Amino acid sequence: MQTVDYAPILVMMGLAGFLVVFFYLGSVLLGPKLITKIKLEPFECGHPSQGNPQKRFAVKFYAIAILFLLFDIEAVFLYPWAVSFGSLGLFALIEMAIFLAMLILVFAYVWVKGGLEWD
Amino acid sequence: MGLEQKLSGVSYIATKAEFFINWARKWSLFQYPFVTACCGMEFMSTMCSHFDLARFGAEFPRFTPRQADFLIVVGTISHKQAPILRRVYQQMCVPKWVIAFGACASSGGFYDNYATVQGVDKVIPVDVFIPGCPPRPEMVLDGFMKLQAKIQAEKLDEHSAEKRYRMLP
Repeated sequence: MQTVDYAPILVMMGLAGFLVVFFYLGSVLLGPKLITKIKLEPFECGHPSQGNPQKRFAVKFYAIAILFLLFDIEAVFLYPWAVSFGSLGLFALIEMAIFLAMLILVFAYVWVKGGLEWD
Repeated sequence: MGLEQKLSGVSYIATKAEFFINWARKWSLFQYPFVTACCGMEFMSTMCSHFDLARFGAEFPRFTPRQADFLIVVGTISHKQAPILRRVYQQMCVPKWVIAFGACASSGGFYDNYATVQGVDKVIPVDVFIPGCPPRPEMVLDGFMKLQAKIQAEKLDEHSAEKRYRMLP
């Protein structure tokens, strides 16, 4: 394979670059421009934009989300364990009992501390 | 303003430039379909391969007005919807053209009541009205070709703020 075989690719790249510059410059030079305040505002499907996207919200949601994650993971472990329980035997039962006991301890702690109260 | 405003005094160059600019514009319309009602079905069949609006260079719908220069108002526009339509039109870059698609967009259609805008030309300037409830795709193509003829006949300074966008920039 000779280097000269790749010349068409180079020509193609040059043409593509030329076209980009040509169309862009043509649009800049020939296109009419009319800039208004409404045109510079963000497009929200035709509605006037309102408020800041970085809104503040109560920190209570954070605690709820973390607790949800904790018990969600519990369910994630429980399902495959239940499906293959037949082949796992007594050892898996004891393991899961220890795991659940720890989680129940955590649950009791959260409850006593008032983590599940909204106000 | 762009080069076209500067050119518009020089007659021969202006006529030639006018021809090529308008030719380029009419074959590369980027549409913003503002579809609100059942006419959308006919709009879809116009877009799809049986009737194929792509033959006229307008096959590419853009869902932001920044990239579109051709607003198609397809369907009933209620008074609650009207400010939204107006804002979408105002956010489109110049040059821009509008087609009122179907009886409701053109005149309110049979919704002759207090809730419906009696023709979108009450809200935004319209170039071509396509009647019909809903219009057949052939009628849409005919309306589109009439818009192309209109674009080809435009003067160079047509899209200046003083002329075309005096009422609604």
